[in-house]
Amino acid sequence: MKLELGKFEIKDIQFADKSYIENHVLYVNKAEVEALVLEDDKLKECRLDIARPGESTRITPVKDVIEPRVKVSGGEIFPGIVGKVTPQVGSGRTHALDGCTVVTVGRIVGFQEGVIDMSGVAADYCPFSKTVNLCVVIEPIEGLTTHVYEKAGRMAGLKVATYLGELARNLEPDTLEVYETKPIFEQAAQYPDLPKVGYIHMLQSQGLLHDTYYYGVDAKQFVPTFMYPTEIMDGAIVSGNCVAPCDKVTTYHHFHNPVIDECYKHHGKDINFMGVILTNENVFLADKERHSDMVAKLCEWMQLDGVLITEEGYGNPDTDLMMNCRKVERVGTKVVLITDEFPGKDGKSQSLADTCDEATALASCGQGNMTLQFPAMDKVIGTQEYIESQIGGWAGCINEDGSFEAEIQIIIASTIANGFNKLAARGY
Amino acid sequence: MVKGIEKYGIPVVHMATVVPISKTIGANRIIPGVGIPYPLGDPTQGEEDSYKIRERMVRRALKALQTPVDEQTVFEKDI
Amino acid sequence: MAKYKIVHYLNQFFAGIGGEDMAGYEPECREAVLGPGLALKAGLGEDYEIVATVICGDNYFGENLDKATDTIIDMVKKYEPDCFVAGPAFNAGRYGVACGTICKAVEERLGIPVLSGMYVENPGADMFKKDVILVETGNSSATMKKVVPKFVNLIEKMCKGEEILGPSIEGYLERGIRVNYFAEERGAARGMKMLIKKMAGEPFETDLPMPKFDRVAPADPITDIKHAKIAVVTSGGIVPVGNPDHIESSNATKFGYYSMEGMDRLSKDDFMTIHGGYDRQFVLENPNLVVPLDALRKLEKEGEFGELVNYFATTTGTGTATGSAAKFGDSIGQRFKAEGVDGVILVST
Repeated sequence: MKLELGKFEIKDIQFADKSYIENHVLYVNKAEVEALVLEDDKLKECRLDIARPGESTRITPVKDVIEPRVKVSGGEIFPGIVGKVTPQVGSGRTHALDGCTVVTVGRIVGFQEGVIDMSGVAADYCPFSKTVNLCVVIEPIEGLTTHVYEKAGRMAGLKVATYLGELARNLEPDTLEVYETKPIFEQAAQYPDLPKVGYIHMLQSQGLLHDTYYYGVDAKQFVPTFMYPTEIMDGAIVSGNCVAPCDKVTTYHHFHNPVIDECYKHHGKDINFMGVILTNENVFLADKERHSDMVAKLCEWMQLDGVLITEEGYGNPDTDLMMNCRKVERVGTKVVLITDEFPGKDGKSQSLADTCDEATALASCGQGNMTLQFPAMDKVIGTQEYIESQIGGWAGCINEDGSFEAEIQIIIASTIANGFNKLAARGY
Repeated sequence: MVKGIEKYGIPVVHMATVVPISKTIGANRIIPGVGIPYPLGDPTQGEEDSYKIRERMVRRALKALQTPVDEQTVFEKDI
Repeated sequence: MAKYKIVHYLNQFFAGIGGEDMAGYEPECREAVLGPGLALKAGLGEDYEIVATVICGDNYFGENLDKATDTIIDMVKKYEPDCFVAGPAFNAGRYGVACGTICKAVEERLGIPVLSGMYVENPGADMFKKDVILVETGNSSATMKKVVPKFVNLIEKMCKGEEILGPSIEGYLERGIRVNYFAEERGAARGMKMLIKKMAGEPFETDLPMPKFDRVAPADPITDIKHAKIAVVTSGGIVPVGNPDHIESSNATKFGYYSMEGMDRLSKDDFMTIHGGYDRQFVLENPNLVVPLDALRKLEKEGEFGELVNYFATTTGTGTATGSAAKFGDSIGQRFKAEGVDGVILVST
């Protein structure tokens, strides 16, 4: 598949009478967007707000972060969810609004929604303190069950991102990048002397607020499969989860998967990037065993010399990570793991719930138990009333003035285990 | 917690779905759970059958507590 | 007048009292600088003064851990030192354990920064490196000269409250504490570089060496099940509705004991789960899926076992540090032991 990705640099978002893009500013018709969100009768209220880098603003509880994109050709964005499920995506031309996001915010569904600070000490730990964010604050109708609320929130964010992406359809992008992965034999033949490298992408799939979707299919329900790396740039994978916010892979992060990015950077130079193996993290031991066997089978069948593996979440998925590592190494493919750590507040406990002797190469994304003093902010988009129940917080952690102490795992994507950030941990 | 209790000489049977983690943390008597969100039972099969599974597993647990072991042992079948 | 005060701890040998024959020497405090203290004093200069040296025989300390510690704490307290230094102990096992023990106690009870040093294979090293900064020394006191500057550097930093950097920079034993930092490159880039090296068979450095979990010997099985007392513990986060003790939904810092007295099963009206790491819908509807009271009561009534302990212990397993879990387990184990519990069913999600 070959994808042309055209990027529009967006420096600011402003509300206006109509929605359009001009001179690197995204103008948004507030009423139109709010009405679009409220087409879903499960939501009774929707309010838009804008958060800019450097402001004394906190956004919480955050459900998802999405980048506005549009498929100019070759299918529709978020296939199987917002866009039509066919034709499949990953080729043709896509336009992306770079530097801005849509953030969905609202009363919490579970415990695992997070915080984005636009300035202050916590801002260093979150990539979205550097983007201008259109916040979609939603309020569900009374008596909604959690599963239904989660879906409504998810769809709201995706619809708004699609609506905004559409504004760039007929414009000329600031930059154009081209990504290509050829069908397997052609790809292998293109760089016969370079080691063949694959990326094993583990998707969170553990139930309510722990789901991910591939072309609209709940990741719990599939078995490992091959994906062209460019499919992810068109929203083939969408987040339906809020694992501990620190390692939640937001839909934005799916678009900007850093491993795929690195693989393409090195492609044709040090490595021959063959593609992506998608797998999941199910809650049954049989699934973990079966799917790690299949992942190893695909590695061997593709004759991969090496793979990078990333995980979403922590705890029992560490077992999937280690099973993948062990079985893939045993078929002769070298493995490097990328993941984050949870060694307790004092940093002295074990970082991972499971281990294997073959895990000799691991790139750390930092440890999520370290605590931070979050300053009081002038503006809160959403509400801070749930901070004490959000993961990383605790009873009594918040002060009257709105400042609070919490583990960095409360910050969206602070230790995201796909290697997006520079944060790492070392042994002292 | 399993080791914390067992070091006082009290046998502990760990009923958990993710057996590899149970082994890694050092449980000596292990019974595989049904699923992470429902270790002792299977609500997808209806209350009656779910309870039957639970009772069987608890019976197995009691048997495991009476079984001498030299090393980490997973009790996959009823004894 | 010196700015910073230090109290030094030595065993009978390094204090010049005697060898093995004097290992039973009871704790004594002298306002003097002895043995290795002289080298430390020379290295530290005028702004620092070793105001006292505490001497204790290795055997006495080892055989009277609590008493010796209490006595020495009282001795140290008087001087209100800015730093407490023990040893170095090189490869002397009893001495290394004594240094580690007294340092840990001084820090915990007096809140003073502490420092010691020993050889990596000294039994005291594994026991205390997590809690106390231990300068890495050779296995004999012939390496004293090389070790003094490292002690001097760390003592100065501790007295002044300056940041202590990584083990390889400051020369102490790696403690196994994970500390965050911002690397030059993002994780994916670092991972890719590691992979290219690994595939080429070149050496590389992993960010996280795999840990080894310790083991406990299996406890003896129950021999008389008909009269056995069985207890239930869970990491599935089952708590009374409303979570009265505010147990956290992840990275729990506490656990609770809750009564099941008079109940034949756990009702969803009385109990819920606060565990944030799994889909809670099934357990909220039926808590017996995690704490199987219904099955246990039935089997208790049928005489399959003697008696069910009428409360269960609970905490949240997700994100909870292994160190915390070990403490909870220890506390629960002690209580169960005292109450004559014969066997435990521990359910995790």
